[in-house]
Amino acid sequence: MIATLADDPANGATNGDIPLLQVRDLGHSYGSRIGCRDITFDLYPSEVLGIVGESGSGKTTLLSCLSGRLPLSQGTIHYDTRTQGLVDLAALSEAQRRLLTRTDWGIVHQSPRDGLRMAVSAGANIGERLMAVGARHYGQIRDTARDWLQRVEIQPDRIDDLPSTFSGGMQQRLQIARNLVTGPRLMFMDEPTGGLDVSVQARLLDLLRGLVDDMNLSVVLVTHDLAVARLLAHRLMVMQGGVVVESGLTDQVLDDPHHPYTQLLVSSVLQV
Amino acid sequence: MNPSPVIEVCGLAKEFTIHAQGGLRIPVFSGLSLAVSAGECVALHGPSGCGKSTLLRALYANYQADSGRILIQHRGGLVDMVAAEPRVVLAVRRHTLGYVSQFLRVIPRIAALDVVAEPAVRNGIARDQARERAAALLARLRIPQRLWHLPPATFSGGEQQRVNIARGFILDYPALLLDEPTAALDVDNRDTVAQLIEEAKARGTALVGIFHDQALRERVSDRVFDLESARTIV
Amino acid sequence: MSDGLSGYNFAYLDEQTKRMIRRALLKAVAIPGYQVPFAGREMPLPYGWGTGGIQVTAAVIAPGDVLKVIDQGADDTTNAVSIRRFFSRTAGVATTTRTADATLIQTRHRIPERPLTEAQIIVYQVPIPEPLRWMEPRESETKKMHALLEYGVMQVKLYEDIAHLGRITTSYDYPVRVNGHYIMSPSPIPRFDNPKMNQMAALQLFGAGREKRIYAVPPYTRVESLDFDDYPFEIQRWDQHCALCGASDSYLDEMVTDDHGGRLFICSDTDYCGERRAAGHRGDTDLPANPAPRTAP
Repeated sequence: MIATLADDPANGATNGDIPLLQVRDLGHSYGSRIGCRDITFDLYPSEVLGIVGESGSGKTTLLSCLSGRLPLSQGTIHYDTRTQGLVDLAALSEAQRRLLTRTDWGIVHQSPRDGLRMAVSAGANIGERLMAVGARHYGQIRDTARDWLQRVEIQPDRIDDLPSTFSGGMQQRLQIARNLVTGPRLMFMDEPTGGLDVSVQARLLDLLRGLVDDMNLSVVLVTHDLAVARLLAHRLMVMQGGVVVESGLTDQVLDDPHHPYTQLLVSSVLQV
Repeated sequence: MNPSPVIEVCGLAKEFTIHAQGGLRIPVFSGLSLAVSAGECVALHGPSGCGKSTLLRALYANYQADSGRILIQHRGGLVDMVAAEPRVVLAVRRHTLGYVSQFLRVIPRIAALDVVAEPAVRNGIARDQARERAAALLARLRIPQRLWHLPPATFSGGEQQRVNIARGFILDYPALLLDEPTAALDVDNRDTVAQLIEEAKARGTALVGIFHDQALRERVSDRVFDLESARTIV
Repeated sequence: MSDGLSGYNFAYLDEQTKRMIRRALLKAVAIPGYQVPFAGREMPLPYGWGTGGIQVTAAVIAPGDVLKVIDQGADDTTNAVSIRRFFSRTAGVATTTRTADATLIQTRHRIPERPLTEAQIIVYQVPIPEPLRWMEPRESETKKMHALLEYGVMQVKLYEDIAHLGRITTSYDYPVRVNGHYIMSPSPIPRFDNPKMNQMAALQLFGAGREKRIYAVPPYTRVESLDFDDYPFEIQRWDQHCALCGASDSYLDEMVTDDHGGRLFICSDTDYCGERRAAGHRGDTDLPANPAPRTAP
């Protein structure tokens, strides 16, 4: 039995020997103040990378740089595109980069208001990416939207309701559906469970875990919540003062932290 | 007997540095070497605090060893768990190296049956088939059927441990680490766990375990690895 | 032809300003549907009354032109009358209410029913030139969306119509795609008029005074109304015929005739209606009033 499992290319370590994202010496400065610097890592297909650290540690700056919302002051980002293979993101035209952002990538913001169109219905929110890449059949767009509402555990009959009539957890799930509808390979998530009740948070985490597995998503996840990081991330980067002070396998970093800051971070978590 | 060991530890050292206490250094062991072959069960031995659990966690790469090598036979090659990249370590854990810890890390909202089935599903086994296998193990470990579809967060300590054991045995890993698997179990369940271990050995699994239960230790282990003497020898 | 009002340059604007506007117009014609910024001047009427259209008309009008001005299809409404008089006095040009006789037509909210010819220019007054504004408030972002042809959000607007009302209900200012490229606001004309823009023989110019934008559709250019494969674009239709001329192919206005629910439907294009009546066509003015305009199934 082991042999047949090991031969399954979708489940082994042998798939994804080419990194999806290659980041080298990345940095961003706000004038003379450093947001983050010297960030180097590879992200492989189906890998979830957690970035943890306290407010002001540079993790959100890093996420903005990675997702193309902030220019780099230093360093490079290469991405393994579907059509051209590995490309330097800085060498792409703005049109190519924006197309990449709304098809092959997804961004989940901490506040659903930043990631949703609050003035249009849930169905339109999900359908927008499809229409942006040329979907012109209303019936099919709706079928896809209903399907995705179900996948994120929202009643399909809420399809014509405005997101403002949804609870916080539902809005966050809608934001996720809106991103996943084009089948992206890379997701950027900024505190996706921040500001939610604990029970709502658990449901969202469970859903995210399932979607990440089912869709073989690669994720860069920014969070200050170590429990969220442990549940979702395969490995962690711990940031302090704009630099990565420790990185490695998630459970290793959390159970055997080496850097003084990581030890402080881990020991500061309240036990329930 | 398999000629090359499944797990081979060479010159392993581990110490903790506690920065909150002015960089206090706590050495645990150094120069530790151990080889475990297929079908063999090695029991770790030594007084409390001698580093049995630390060694087990280091073998699983849950703790980062400071020096030395931990070679695991993985998919026809050797992986050094001390130096391997995180994704390689995860692949070894997924396919080759199982681990039954003392405590179950509860995942919110997920039913016991799915907690047990998860490693199999992640390995590409169809969900239904994985659930069947999970159900069989839960039944064998005497978890009442009415609990299978509940998240184990509210289970008793013994029930949680049995869920954890079932999760560890759902796949036929070539190597398996056991951290006091029977600590909170009654006689019948201890016997079931002993049977599970014996069956794994018969399949050729290499096992390393901590067994405080002397009867169990004597029943399943082929030899005892004494950490006290191992680290003083070097 | 009179000499116009003394003390003013021909057609009110000074020659430098007209050249500036003509340069913008040339660029607009060269890039169909693209919004060209221009240094709009203060005109002697408030924004929203056609300041953009007037500046475009002033820049292209010549002494030999015959000007027609319509507002909602009618030549005799206040806005149309005052703009016609404005050019009559400042440019001394001939004016007309007959579509066929005009060389230059300035319009607010309609395209004449009679097909325009290559010898004619039509100038639209535009209140909001940016079709993406409804979805995206940032000008920097809408410019980028046009540049990169990111038009998914326009479809979102139509999607919402169907989702909430079962059909596309956007009935005026219905977005169009020009020459397969830019998406353009046709100005608040009824969507009934959209098909007339497609492959029109006349040059179409658009002026937005408050927003200071000019855009254009050259003669014989493809102009498509956005839609869905399973909800194709269609124009409004009426059960009634024009009560005055009996026309069944023109855009009808609903007139309330008394306090007892009496209503009439008559041509919005007064010249078209008048010409038909002159040719002997008659409607049934006694026709009982029926429900409001509807879209054919």
